[in-house]
Amino acid sequence: MNRYFRELSVAGALLLVLAVMAIFAPGFFQPQPLLSLATREAPTLVVACGMALVIIGRQIDISVGSQFAVCSVCAGLLAAQNVPTALVALAAVTLGAGLGAINGLLVAGLRLPSIVVTLATMVTWREALRWQRQGAFVNLPDSLQWLGLSQSAGQWTLVGLAVALLAVLAYVTRHISAGRLVYAVGTDAEAARLAGIRPQVVTFGTFVLLGTLTGLAAMMNVVQSPQVDPKSGTGLELKAIAAVVVGGVAISGGRGRLWGVFAGLLLLACVAPALTHLHVEAYWEKAIQGAIILLAVVADGVRSRKSNR
Amino acid sequence: MSAAPLLELRAVAKSFGGARALRGVDFTLQAGEVHALLGENGAGKSTLIKIVTGAHQPDAGTLAVGGERLSHLTPAKARALGIACIYQQPALFPDLTVAENIGLRLEAGTSLRTIDWAARGARALELLRRLGAEIEPDAEVRSLSMPEQQLVEIACALGAGARIVIMDEPTASLTQKEQHLLFTVVRDLRASGVGVIYISHRLEEIFALADRVTVLRDGESVGTHPVSSINEAGLIRLMVGREMTQIYPPGEATLGAPVLSLRGVGCTASGVHGVSLEVRAGEILGLAGLVGAGRTELARVLFGLTPADAGTIELNGEPVVLRSPQAAVAHGLAYVPEDRRRHGVVLEMPIAENMTMAVHRRMFPGAWLRFGAERSLALDYIRDLAVKCTGPDAAGGSLSGGNQQKVSLARWLATRPKVLILDEPTQGVDVGAKGEIHKIVRRLAQEGLAVLLISSDLPEVLGMSDRIGIMRGGTITAVLPGNADAPTVMSAALGQSEKGAA
Repeated sequence: MNRYFRELSVAGALLLVLAVMAIFAPGFFQPQPLLSLATREAPTLVVACGMALVIIGRQIDISVGSQFAVCSVCAGLLAAQNVPTALVALAAVTLGAGLGAINGLLVAGLRLPSIVVTLATMVTWREALRWQRQGAFVNLPDSLQWLGLSQSAGQWTLVGLAVALLAVLAYVTRHISAGRLVYAVGTDAEAARLAGIRPQVVTFGTFVLLGTLTGLAAMMNVVQSPQVDPKSGTGLELKAIAAVVVGGVAISGGRGRLWGVFAGLLLLACVAPALTHLHVEAYWEKAIQGAIILLAVVADGVRSRKSNR
Repeated sequence: MSAAPLLELRAVAKSFGGARALRGVDFTLQAGEVHALLGENGAGKSTLIKIVTGAHQPDAGTLAVGGERLSHLTPAKARALGIACIYQQPALFPDLTVAENIGLRLEAGTSLRTIDWAARGARALELLRRLGAEIEPDAEVRSLSMPEQQLVEIACALGAGARIVIMDEPTASLTQKEQHLLFTVVRDLRASGVGVIYISHRLEEIFALADRVTVLRDGESVGTHPVSSINEAGLIRLMVGREMTQIYPPGEATLGAPVLSLRGVGCTASGVHGVSLEVRAGEILGLAGLVGAGRTELARVLFGLTPADAGTIELNGEPVVLRSPQAAVAHGLAYVPEDRRRHGVVLEMPIAENMTMAVHRRMFPGAWLRFGAERSLALDYIRDLAVKCTGPDAAGGSLSGGNQQKVSLARWLATRPKVLILDEPTQGVDVGAKGEIHKIVRRLAQEGLAVLLISSDLPEVLGMSDRIGIMRGGTITAVLPGNADAPTVMSAALGQSEKGAA
């Protein structure tokens, strides 16, 4: 079997959905709504790329939604003080890296299970933010909107940035030493250790990278609206993990491709607008997304059982 | 004896894949007898036990319990027949109490039955008192010592009405005093008519406890003797008395300067202590010893996995500190681990990626992977070591055991080491590949590498080594010349040479 079979089948499913839409609801392919959809999903794609690397390294981070909210609010507060946009972006990214480093230190340094650590930091950041903001939104200056560009130019910039980042990360994970080490550690950390690799350093690195990307994603989200909601990012971890799993990354680590994650994210993101154009009730969105995830997990389960034979 | 034996095995044979673990073993156990089972690592003891407990089905031969021949024994049937096995590491639930553990094993009924806690506690107490054990049924198993946990296991066996009790190296982790307590229990079991199969590497225990002893060698029983009619030297001869079937490549006459010198090296965490040793360039130093003697532990100390906390390690005359595998690699040490199926090669990764895994920094300066260089390195090693594969892109898991071992070896040769530590390099490898690996190792030594060869395969150690270090109880107890004979090495490994008869 082709070793990209899993990724190609997701891409195939996406093409199938697009083909169905082309035949039954060509109205789906209007540029402006699609561009808006892509802009909304761009931050999620950035987070999903980082999440994919964490999961390939056999860890998980469910605190990205809270990290996202903390970074968004801090970016908003700085922008409200009329700090230049470039510095705001730098601050959001640095803060994200710091939050990722905290998770990384706890997981890699103290060797704690990542699901528990990030559950704790997820709740901690979210509640700290609630206490600090008391639910109040942050009003943003107009200059921050779409990075000071026109709306469509801003949208194109954000989408372009997300896709460029995906391309760079996808290339880099396959072509630099560190990328391969993530796969090695995710497949068999003990074997990696016996080969003189420091699995803890690799794990720490993936968490910091995810935090950094989450900070960037927060910035990409802040510039899309006039206000920052302190509850933003709720459920982001689930969207990112879903895209990663549907995209063919093994939840048990060591396997997966970023472009597969891209296809997975697009497939999940298409569901809602497709339903609208097919005149199906929007309630079905979550059910269908759930079914896609389940199908992906079952496919991976069957596959790994076969290869264990 | 007039009655049918409690347990009787006739011509029992068992193969795993191509490897014949048992090739026609006869074994009888009488009621009220302690029957010791003795043999080198890999002689077939565990396989025999697994057949008796129903975990494995024999390929040929018959098995009878109390004169009744059994055709298809399952673990459940074996338990019902009164066969119980007490392992070295008791298989109890540490977070449950003693009474709960005993109840789980002995109480019948469905998962939804109601539990009579008073009866459960009383029964546990009664069983434990019958063994003379001062253990409270309410105690959590976690809080018990190893021998106490074994007693709980024995209590389970008694409660199940066991007539045949198998003890697999029960004293391996016990202190002297605890051993005596266990011996008393075993003698009581014998007096009450239970048949005990007792497996141990400690000859003095066998002479103190057993009535008869059966020696296994290469999957065959080479003799059953009453303990009173045989001495330790005789037992050792039985264990090792085999012909050398393989031709080993000849050793090098001239050795270089010492590369690795250890003085009083120890590591509290892994039980290694007071190891002094010297390995010269071009030398293969064999490390012989029983399972658990501390050989792998010593290798892990040298490779910085469990760093040494005592003594000095010198490489080429320079003292070095090896606190991590990275430090060990940087100083020119390479460790091809035991159990390559689990951690020697990454099975899902291509051969080429496996081979370069330990040399990323040197192969890929600036961190960019150079696929061309990687491929040519892999092709070189595939040719040099004659790795049978479809190419450098084949997954590690697609290779046979011997070829996986060659990939693991290539990974470490790529680091251009000065000292190569091989841990059971030919375990589970077929004969042809075994010979090839031997030739490769000898060639590497001739090229000036210092090789530390850990092996439980006695002919391999004897055939390959320029000198043989004997490990026992976490330290080197003797260093023998490479032309030592098998009985000498085996007695040293068993600890008989310096102590004499107990």
